[in-house]
Amino acid sequence: MALLQIAEPGESAAPHEHRLAIGIDLGTTNSLVATLRSGMSVVLSDDRGRPLLPSVVHYAAASVTDGATGSAIEVGYAAQAKQSLDPKNTVLSVKRFMGRGRRDIAHIETLPYDFVDGEGMVRIKTAAGIKSPVEISADILKTLRQRAEAALGGDLTGAVITVPAYFDDAQRQATKDAAKLAGLNVLRLLNEPTAAAIAYGLDNGSEGIYAVFDLGGGTFDISILRLSKGVFEVMATGGDSALGGDDFDHRVFCWIIEQAGLKPLSLHDARLLQMRAREAKEYLSQHGEAPITVKLGSNEYVDLVLTTDVFAEITRTLVQKTLTPTKKALRDAGLSVAEVKGVVMVGGSTRMPQIQHAVGEFFKQEPLNNLDPDKVVALGAAIQANLLAGNRAAGDDWLLLDVIPLSLGLETMGGLVEKVIPRNATLPIARAQEFTTFKDGQTGMVVHVVQGERELVSDCRSLARFELRGIPPMVAGAARIRVSFQVDADGLLSVSAREQTTGHEARIEVKPSYGLNDDEIAAMLKESFSHAGDDAFRRALREAQVEAQRLIEATQSALRDDADLLSLLERAHIDAAVTRLQTVMIGDDRRAIDGAMLALSAATNEFAARRMNRSVQRALSGRNVDSIVESIVP
Amino acid sequence: MTSFDLNFSADHFSLLGFVRAQQLDLAELDARFRDVQARVHPDKHAHAGESDRRLAMQWATRINEAYQTLKSPLSRARYLLQLLGYDPQVDSNTAMPAEFLMAQMELREAVSEARGNGDESALDAARTQLLGDMKTAYQYLVELIDQHKNYLAASALVRQLMFQEKLLNEIDDALEAVTA
Repeated sequence: MALLQIAEPGESAAPHEHRLAIGIDLGTTNSLVATLRSGMSVVLSDDRGRPLLPSVVHYAAASVTDGATGSAIEVGYAAQAKQSLDPKNTVLSVKRFMGRGRRDIAHIETLPYDFVDGEGMVRIKTAAGIKSPVEISADILKTLRQRAEAALGGDLTGAVITVPAYFDDAQRQATKDAAKLAGLNVLRLLNEPTAAAIAYGLDNGSEGIYAVFDLGGGTFDISILRLSKGVFEVMATGGDSALGGDDFDHRVFCWIIEQAGLKPLSLHDARLLQMRAREAKEYLSQHGEAPITVKLGSNEYVDLVLTTDVFAEITRTLVQKTLTPTKKALRDAGLSVAEVKGVVMVGGSTRMPQIQHAVGEFFKQEPLNNLDPDKVVALGAAIQANLLAGNRAAGDDWLLLDVIPLSLGLETMGGLVEKVIPRNATLPIARAQEFTTFKDGQTGMVVHVVQGERELVSDCRSLARFELRGIPPMVAGAARIRVSFQVDADGLLSVSAREQTTGHEARIEVKPSYGLNDDEIAAMLKESFSHAGDDAFRRALREAQVEAQRLIEATQSALRDDADLLSLLERAHIDAAVTRLQTVMIGDDRRAIDGAMLALSAATNEFAARRMNRSVQRALSGRNVDSIVESIVP
Repeated sequence: MTSFDLNFSADHFSLLGFVRAQQLDLAELDARFRDVQARVHPDKHAHAGESDRRLAMQWATRINEAYQTLKSPLSRARYLLQLLGYDPQVDSNTAMPAEFLMAQMELREAVSEARGNGDESALDAARTQLLGDMKTAYQYLVELIDQHKNYLAASALVRQLMFQEKLLNEIDDALEAVTA
């Protein structure tokens, strides 16, 4: 592509400086962190050489002997070791709780935790206090951040965090909040199957239509992508954000109880049996049958053999549940099975023989398993993080076009949903819809945003509710209220509403009904800072300085490329703002740095707009068409 | 400098360098969409300043909108007719030729019967027939707009096609229900 020869804005900045960027796969069962080393994406292992971090967090009351900074929180293998000893305080599969209320969680009665009653996202009472899923996930992310900083030896520019493609807005927002809480600069939330496609596609130079079948510990995604020269285009995605290996474990767990005729279990025994169930499942990926022997605290004894056939039988409906969204995604993409060139298997749960078999049969071809299904998502995320951080080498120029997994709509009269953005629309996307008042003199209006495919509001997920006040009193139907939705490249929504005749405006960041509000986030940040002491202050200052440096570099690079777009006066104005920022960023006044960054941003607004226009013109001028001359250049 | 700003507010056709016409080279549309998106997409500006990032999102949104509108022949025709000052009145004007309505009603009945019987092959047959009808109609739409410049007749045909697209969705839903 001729495009590659033209410098992108900001690209030529400090070519030798390598910015540290990581990709994180925040999984239901295991999490990983990867980075690019000498052009190769590699998973970073812990100090004992283990690549996976079990997504398990154990909370203990801080003991007096540990002092104020006591190790009350353990993450990973250490926490995993405590799961059956202290099930109430050992949280597994927290990803299933992200952005979810109590009613949303399957088999909640079998979980050992003390859930706190209340509206919104579930909260768990632990020995170290009440924890939200966002805080628990942040503890996992912090561990990965520290692992990366130790391995890379420096401050991170940013991270790409992966989420299931089928995550809705509440789940995405919760993930982003967790990253923020863990002190990570999120470059992008990236869909897991898309990350896998990057790792796979770039490795193999593949072209054509690919399906990514991603069955993890707790979530299922199917994405249909078109790979062509430098473009990864998601055509359709589907899935089930509450279907994964955990459910297969649960079926085995129930089977054991039934077969062994067990009495109601203690928390300890239940955890123990769940562990055995999972081990049996994993064993069956390599063997024809798995022995299950457990001595329970109740002195009951389990001695069973689970065969592949029985396992396939008791999980048949789960396997079927993966094929329904797969068919739907293909139909949404307007494709038939015959047009799919390859099926990439992602997620540890795709190791199950019945999954391999079902997928192979459905797509009428052998699925591709040549990349480790546990690592491929993190590897892809690291590649994208490297690109987004600005470490672009020649040839590293691909474009990722992803979609919104679930339709967005507004509640209208009678509890019905008016769809505003359809599922599988390419991101970023904006849509506006006009509404009117239904009563004479009506001055307020409630806007209720929902996500889902069903026609009734009660069947969709409530994302946010806000009120537009101060509509001038008019007869019913005279006011024109324009509600605009913008979904960014992370799949996150913001909504604004405006009364057209008066211009009265209400803008909100969508804070999902099941999310945390800003005060809660601020309180959590404050709390985590109070434990870390001075360190937090220095970190915040350091982050502001890094951000300031980045802004200066980007501006200077833009000036090198496109200074001719500026008048002398405009140029002087920008130069002054750069100088001012350079002066204050050496100091330790974070507010002054923030202020100078804002000023520089404001000074470069118009310049940025002109450069973007020029860039678009250049893209089209490479095309041999007369129409450009007449219609674009005035 | 203001000359550059015309691009962002230009209509979808001129934004991507096409003349206003119903006939469109889809491969060329794809290629131009990708070329422009490759420059403006937020991922290309993730490490740039705040104003660049905001602009990138606005531009990428704008390009997506133009591409999506032009890609489908139905939305392209609706948009084009509106640009030309002819509102196809898809929501308010439901007058259609009796012959067309009869044929559609028959097809619709066949679909609902097949859905009731769980008859996948009957649904497939209805789908194939409808797609064939629509293909012919889309070809005629190009003639009406680009050659005959008969925008009133084109508007009427757009309304019929809206009707057929809706039926196609119903068949797809039925297929989904039957094969689930």
